[in-house]
Amino acid sequence: MIYADNAATTKMSPAAIHTMTTLLEEAWGNPSSLYEHGQKAKEVLEQARADVAGVIGAEPREIIFTSGGSEADNQAIRSAAALGKKNGKMHIISTAFEHHAVLHTLEALKKEGFEITLLDVHSDGLVVPEEVEAAIREDTCLVTIMFANNEIGTIQPIREIGAICRRKGVLFHTDAVQAIGHIPVDVKADNIDMLSSSAHKFHGPKGVGFLYVRKGIKVSNLIEGGAQEGGKRAGTENVAGIAAMATALKEINAKMEENAEHLIKMRDKLICGLYEIPHAALNGDACQRLPGNVNFCFEGIEGESLLLLLDDKGIQASSGSACTSGSLDPSHVLLAIGRVHDVAHGSLRLTIGEDITEEQVDYIIQSVKDVVRYLRSFSPVWRDLCAGKSKFIL
Amino acid sequence: MALYSEKVMDHFRNPRNVGVIEDANGIGEVGNAKCGDIMKMYLKIEDDIIQDVKFETFGCGSAIASSSMATELIKGKPVSEAMQLTNKAVAEALDGLPAYKMHCSVLAEEAIQSALEDYHKRTGK
Repeated sequence: MIYADNAATTKMSPAAIHTMTTLLEEAWGNPSSLYEHGQKAKEVLEQARADVAGVIGAEPREIIFTSGGSEADNQAIRSAAALGKKNGKMHIISTAFEHHAVLHTLEALKKEGFEITLLDVHSDGLVVPEEVEAAIREDTCLVTIMFANNEIGTIQPIREIGAICRRKGVLFHTDAVQAIGHIPVDVKADNIDMLSSSAHKFHGPKGVGFLYVRKGIKVSNLIEGGAQEGGKRAGTENVAGIAAMATALKEINAKMEENAEHLIKMRDKLICGLYEIPHAALNGDACQRLPGNVNFCFEGIEGESLLLLLDDKGIQASSGSACTSGSLDPSHVLLAIGRVHDVAHGSLRLTIGEDITEEQVDYIIQSVKDVVRYLRSFSPVWRDLCAGKSKFIL
Repeated sequence: MALYSEKVMDHFRNPRNVGVIEDANGIGEVGNAKCGDIMKMYLKIEDDIIQDVKFETFGCGSAIASSSMATELIKGKPVSEAMQLTNKAVAEALDGLPAYKMHCSVLAEEAIQSALEDYHKRTGK
């Protein structure tokens, strides 16, 4: 089996599992309790906070543990919106290809009277910093742009965008769920005010994440209750999960360069191999891209059948086709970079893991070639394209 | 639990009656690429009997399986019987489809009906 869907989730690292299971036995106390069992859990929690903060160049008190990336996104955006509203600033800038945790929160804010500007991400899937600057208004309270896209893997010019926001006095949030642990992130150097992250994207457990908030920025609660997380996120902490996240993050961060070097080599080999398929195209910029992300469109076929047949060959991947999402529209990310519906349905996302081998890459290339050729052999769309009845797009 | 029944996967992995009939006397095409599903049915009808049927489909697993099953259900049958084919019959023969995939069986029914209409138009029957 070749697992090539690491952008969906990753397998937990043995070290993270060890941390988690050990702590479930040994540090089960409530961190808010004053006796020894509670204080031990508190110690574990604060060590994890320091570890996570250290990896991204933050201070421990700037980290709020959450249930994951979606909660962190919601809280960051809601907090900035609340601050903006208080000052009569009700304009937010984002992009059309954000994760739904961001887009749906923005849609909800729109109903509450906020004005939302979604920037163009162009055909290469990259935001242009000058366009961010041009979009900022007197009443802009937040710019929220993802660090790296979850489907096409394009890495945004975060540092430049952050510098613009800092200069203009506008809060800058980034959804870094796909970036943390995979590419360098430094909240200070990158001029980031708020950042969301999720443990299960870097070999940590599901249901755990964190929100970085630069000190001095007032955060509003999504969950009211006890005084946990500096009063910013109520609920008894998931101590073992949080500590396992810190273990996974430290582990992957220590190997980041080595991992990236290998993954980029494997990624580029995959891209070159898949380009041998006629009427196929890579989605998103080839260079400004996550080390493990490959995303292609193949004309004349549909993504779900491609996935099912690849699964039969032991390859697990994903697609932006409508059929895999349960909706009628294909991926909003592919539409945002200008892929038309017909082509977007035939997309394939391969997000490879650090342990991928060259032989596995060769096998993936051959398998995709075979499956695409087979599906095209009885596709009426492909027949019409070949007969000249309709025009090739790719 | 798997997304699809064993029957669906069987017809998806080994679709029956795939291809084109060069001298078809009834052809129907339904769906559009924008929505992600297109089915094309070719019928060869002689003496009011569907002697041969073939299909081409651009679509998801259940679209391909529905096309395949629909062709199996009408092959060798009288035209009058084929005209009674419903999407429900296709879905049932596949041991069911997920609710949000039922439109694939509808498309299969429509493709067959469209090909039969074309046959009737051509033959003036």
